[in-house]
Amino acid sequence: MNNNNKHYDVIVIGGGITGAGVARDCAMRGLSVLLLERFDFTNGATGRNHGLMHSGARYAVTDKESATECIKENMILRKIARHCVEETDGLFITLPEDDLAYQRTFVDACLAAGIRADIIDPAEALAIEPAVNPDLIGAVRIPDASIDPFRLTVANVIDARLHGADALNYHEVTEFIINQNRVKGVKARDQHTGQIKEFRASVTINAAGIWGMLIAQKAGITINMFPAKGALLIFGHRVNKMVINRCRKPANADILVPDDTVCVIGTTSDRVPIETVDDMRVTDQEVQLLLSEGEKLAPSLATTRILRAYAGVRPLVAADNDPSGRNISRGIVCLDHEERDGMAGFITITGGKMMTYRLMAQIATNLACKKLGNNATCDTDTTPLPGSEQIATQRDGAKRSFAFNAAEGRHGTYTSKIKLDTDADRALVCECEGVSVGEIKYAVENQHVHNLLSLRRRTRVGMGTCQGKLCACRAAALLGRFDNNIPKAQADLAQFLDERWKGIKPVAWGSTLREAQLTATIYQGLCGLDKAIERKEGSK
Amino acid sequence: MTKTQLASISDHNFEQCLKCSICTVYCPVAAVNPAYPGPKQAGPDGERYRLKDPKFYDEALKMCLNCKRCEVACPSDVRIADLIQQARMKHHSHRPKLRDMMLASTDLVGSLATVVAPVTNFSLGLKPVKAVMDTVMAIDKHRTFPAYASQKFETWFRKNAEKRQNEFAHHVSYFHGCYVNYNFPQLGQDLVTVMNALGYGVHLLEKEKCCGVALIANGMYNQARKQGETNMASMRKSINQQSRPVITTSSTCTFTMRDEYPELLGVNNDGVRNHLSLATRFIFNLVDEGKVKLAFRHDFKMRVAYHTACHMQRMGWAIFSTELLRMIPGLELIELDQNCCGISGTYGFKKENYETSQAIGAKLFSDIDAAKPDFVSTDCETCKWQIEMSTGVKVLNPISILAQALDIEKTRQLNGVN
Repeated sequence: MNNNNKHYDVIVIGGGITGAGVARDCAMRGLSVLLLERFDFTNGATGRNHGLMHSGARYAVTDKESATECIKENMILRKIARHCVEETDGLFITLPEDDLAYQRTFVDACLAAGIRADIIDPAEALAIEPAVNPDLIGAVRIPDASIDPFRLTVANVIDARLHGADALNYHEVTEFIINQNRVKGVKARDQHTGQIKEFRASVTINAAGIWGMLIAQKAGITINMFPAKGALLIFGHRVNKMVINRCRKPANADILVPDDTVCVIGTTSDRVPIETVDDMRVTDQEVQLLLSEGEKLAPSLATTRILRAYAGVRPLVAADNDPSGRNISRGIVCLDHEERDGMAGFITITGGKMMTYRLMAQIATNLACKKLGNNATCDTDTTPLPGSEQIATQRDGAKRSFAFNAAEGRHGTYTSKIKLDTDADRALVCECEGVSVGEIKYAVENQHVHNLLSLRRRTRVGMGTCQGKLCACRAAALLGRFDNNIPKAQADLAQFLDERWKGIKPVAWGSTLREAQLTATIYQGLCGLDKAIERKEGSK
Repeated sequence: MTKTQLASISDHNFEQCLKCSICTVYCPVAAVNPAYPGPKQAGPDGERYRLKDPKFYDEALKMCLNCKRCEVACPSDVRIADLIQQARMKHHSHRPKLRDMMLASTDLVGSLATVVAPVTNFSLGLKPVKAVMDTVMAIDKHRTFPAYASQKFETWFRKNAEKRQNEFAHHVSYFHGCYVNYNFPQLGQDLVTVMNALGYGVHLLEKEKCCGVALIANGMYNQARKQGETNMASMRKSINQQSRPVITTSSTCTFTMRDEYPELLGVNNDGVRNHLSLATRFIFNLVDEGKVKLAFRHDFKMRVAYHTACHMQRMGWAIFSTELLRMIPGLELIELDQNCCGISGTYGFKKENYETSQAIGAKLFSDIDAAKPDFVSTDCETCKWQIEMSTGVKVLNPISILAQALDIEKTRQLNGVN
């Protein structure tokens, strides 16, 4: 057993946006922090949502508290996370089958929550968003936006580190170190070596989303959560410039968000057993529902290539016994287990939404600071994240390469740290998303990249139209060279392509299927990738 | 799979791209100039990013020759070159430079130049003038402008040929193009000779404007569209009211009017497209269908290397020209490998493109040197300039070769011409 001698003030469990936000806040207040994530950062719900920066309008009618939190955080994120946010604005549209009277209720609720909500003429809505269903009979413009959860999380992790925190991904908490009803630390397995390590801290914060329920169990504590599965579809290119919502009570597949080069329709909402949350698969029925409802928001979705389908699990906390999972407040739940369960040194922060991660982090950090006797104030609402120090696009008139422009969208001001001086560094690894060799080197050196999956989340490698066909082998070769471990890179490549196929399979028809077949032909038929893996496994 | 899913099929042409990259392999520019991102990146890949944000429009797209070799290569029928041209049309920010306007305005400059042809030709050939054009206008000093004729083809036609055209049993209209009109009326005269021998009267269109290919290449889209509309109106009249199909002697003009008009400029050519053909294809079909007969001179001997112009390859029409040439008994035909010559209209005239242009053509030039032909033959006038400048071998349009090889008298008799 490897004992890490350092004693931390705080251990944060969970490398999603909440955990990353908590680690940053704690570190900024001068606490010594360790962030642990069992797989890659953003592996859970953070990496499997719409990428929607809610204005709060969606919750205005049903949950004013959440709506108010959302709009406040929305305005803060525009300033502190510029490079992760695209200020697209959004529409809430009323279709002939919807009740136009709801629009008034909706607008009044928005205004009461402090959300700008302008009723506009349907013709004006069509002019500012040509993709919107032309049959609309009403439209409200609200300050929704698009946000990249991968960038947002990594920026929080990097800032935590800049303030002295340690961050380890691929370290899974296996048990708590408990002494006389006090959590003294955790034992965690290094997923790459299998080694169990001990980490000690005065306070441990459980920020593991839906998995937080299982983490708490390890400390003998029960938290009732509803794992609510939400399925989404990614389309091959952007059909809409603005977020498009339905102006009605929240329902299935009524939000279409433009994200980077693509757009995303979602979601469904179904309760699933906690045992299944590590392997979410999108069903035919879900795809059909997303498509048929999505076409009502933007008819051109029917004639746009679908890249893939995916599903996330919302960590909804059971306040009562509502079985649907929809009417539960998305409010923030911060549990002081010393008070609640008599377990000192242990806090759970859950519920909430990606949108309110910063506020959740603030609440959890306040509690931790109180326990630790730290009086520092929270500055996360005014301090820009790394990469967002200035407005990302500096129009200095200089001619910028495609790779630079694409990278700037991902790394903001940190793009200047990417070396693009030579032809070799400027060469594109991922042609669909404009990821250069230089950007990959930067990500590997600075952003906790251990494999193609984590590289994808840092850079968008393999997220484009070809879903890894051209870039996966190039990127694997680079990683293999950096690690000096080609067999590992080969296995990683096979796993990455399997993961890509998992998302393609539910929408595998038309050009998406042809693309996947060509990919299979190249990797299996021409390169013999599966044979290479089989041989290696056989020789073990 | 449900009805909804079955109905969900992309109708975006650029989304049919499977990223196989064959287009980039066949791109003559990407092969010699690493600064050009290649058709896949500039076309379907770039299109996604341009839809996200117009700032992703890359000025490097100007390096595209619009040769369409990418489209010929694409197994998924993606109109890659059209995507690139459309992006240029949509996003280009600069107004055309004086040089580009001059290179593009073939009609206007041609009309002015033919009036003072000897002076123009003399001065365009002078070293100081070339130096000024090189430095001030950025027209490469290695280039020689095609000589301007002292008499326009149209003028010659009206004076010497027009009257007797009504005597024939069959009739066609001839879209001669700028090159024949201002630089090389001989080709137009050859066409009249051949068609008359076959029993066809040749007529000018009521109004002919430059097809617009040079305007498109130089960013003057509105002007191109206007000229396109004029040409289509004249051709409709010729086809519908006078029952005269339209023939041409330039592959690029033909391709532009048949395919670029609707795809790029939005000029409707319905009802015209199928009646607009290159003369070699028109004549080949007449012979093939037994409607005309050809008689050749017995003393004709010529070794000819045929070069397939890019737009001929895109149309798939080279076979009509080569099969027509093969009918000539004394002609020895060498079919050159399909390689771009590098000039692409006005592209190679620009100083910034000169090196790329010559590097692209290098393979073709060495093939021609090795073939040692008497003449090179091609259906494109700008290929002709490039090959003549770069190899020193003279280039003839297949129609001019036909005019030389035909026994005109005997052909007239065979086709019942008095």
